[in-house]
Amino acid sequence: MTLVLDDSDRAALAGELGPAYRLATRVIVQVAEAIGAHRLLDITGAHIDSCLYHGRSGLDFAERLVDAGAAVRVPTTLNVASLDLRHPDLYRGDPETARLARRLTERYEEMGCLPTWTCAPYQLEQRPGFGEHVAWAESNAIVFANSVLGARTDRYGDFIDICAAITGRAPAAGLHLDDNRRGEAVFRLHGVSDRLRDADVLFPVLGHLIGGRTGNRIPVIDGLADGLSEDRLKAIGAAAASSGSVAMFHAVGSTPEAPTLDAALGGRDATETILVTPAELRGARDQLTTATDTDRVGAICVGTPHYSVGEFARLVDLIGSQRVASGVQFLVSTGRYVLTEVALRGWADRLGDAGVRIITDTCTYISPLLADVDGAVMTDSAKWAYYAPGNIGVDVVFADLGECVATAVSGRLTRDESMWADA
Amino acid sequence: MPEIEHHRAEQILIPAAAAGPVLVLDEPLSFWGGLDAETGLIVDHRHPQCGRSVAGRILVMRAGRGSSSASSVLVEAIRLGTAPAAILLFEIDEIIVIGAVVANELYETTIPVMIVDPPTFARLSNAAWVEVSGNGDLALSFERRG
Repeated sequence: MTLVLDDSDRAALAGELGPAYRLATRVIVQVAEAIGAHRLLDITGAHIDSCLYHGRSGLDFAERLVDAGAAVRVPTTLNVASLDLRHPDLYRGDPETARLARRLTERYEEMGCLPTWTCAPYQLEQRPGFGEHVAWAESNAIVFANSVLGARTDRYGDFIDICAAITGRAPAAGLHLDDNRRGEAVFRLHGVSDRLRDADVLFPVLGHLIGGRTGNRIPVIDGLADGLSEDRLKAIGAAAASSGSVAMFHAVGSTPEAPTLDAALGGRDATETILVTPAELRGARDQLTTATDTDRVGAICVGTPHYSVGEFARLVDLIGSQRVASGVQFLVSTGRYVLTEVALRGWADRLGDAGVRIITDTCTYISPLLADVDGAVMTDSAKWAYYAPGNIGVDVVFADLGECVATAVSGRLTRDESMWADA
Repeated sequence: MPEIEHHRAEQILIPAAAAGPVLVLDEPLSFWGGLDAETGLIVDHRHPQCGRSVAGRILVMRAGRGSSSASSVLVEAIRLGTAPAAILLFEIDEIIVIGAVVANELYETTIPVMIVDPPTFARLSNAAWVEVSGNGDLALSFERRG
């Protein structure tokens, strides 16, 4: 069957709605044809990743759209930018790149996108509800929208995200359709200690493991506690979308389309059931560390995806009245809206006094924000650990937040192996 | 004379013609964080073929992987001339398709992206050179040229 367009799509292609609408529709239609969609559908919102500067071509596309008079038709949020827009002086990279990156952000604001500048749009007050069709880009946001919110987005990439926002249309394909949302591979925790099962560090490690093993199948996680927090589900998804192409997962008893294992599987049999053992979890955790034979940690980077208010609460609690040791940089990435709340609670000042720097609008692994780092970088984020060595050329130690804080305060690598020894 | 074997793409996602030496990836690669568009080199330290160049190659991989930004990196690589000559996949990857579509809209140049079946995929592992036609014909040579 071929792609059937409705009247408004055809009018757009004919240029009757203006050149920007035509270009945006052309891109959507070509992609829809390539992926075998039979029609386009209406979306109620979009989240744009194209605002992150990767080179001249991204700016060329945005300028082509703006020059053609483009404006978004649906509420549209923006992913992180390449620099901290409110503290551009923190940027340590090439000034020309910074200038072009800033120009790119201005083009997206000119098209009517909301200046949210966060990779965690699901932490904003306005977010899509269950069953709503949206066009989200940014892999961790996609997996969160589908899995945790029960909203429906396919795995959109740069360019098509803004095209969908301009037209309010997207290919009716992939995870927009019921049939493609069923779980297929079951990952069942086996022999994992209660202590590890209830530790924050389990979730990014589990996500990393699943992303590497599930291939193109939607994973179903069985054997976790019911009613997991959004922060923990966020950690699973972000990690799985980094080590793999996971755009949706089910956690039985926690995610809305998985009240039971049977419901998560859509009443079918699993294609495979994989037992997740303590040894495999330890292996996945070790994979996330690239630094070897070092006890020197020069920086701590947390907040990938952007820290939530709840995650800040835990950080404030762990640091207490301690201070980050001299020679160690401690950076937290978050969105400006979360920062507002954190500041109102008095935590931003407390963290600042403790030597913690809060970065907004961007992320520490895509923007040259770290000063010269003496030693490895420690993180509680599997996604950061996965990408930072390639992106910014640092060695990484993956750890839980407790280890991050202990290391920051003491100035030397501090690890707690007990959790893993009896895992 | 090099031995030539003709195969057909199972599905043509982006019709275009290209020819070049084959690079079969042992694991999927995320272009974002995995490919340096300035040089065409694989920079993902965890990738078994880290350090190899994709520029001008007929890139064969099971699937795409990871970030939404991969579309941008592909367009940028096409603009800079560091992109693969063609991408042959086992599974449809929307993010790669978007990159190829947008490069065509912006710069009127693109690369073929096609799906191949398992037997073709297996033969590609041994091929040295492939000519991809816009109609989906794949001519595999098993001796290195030049």
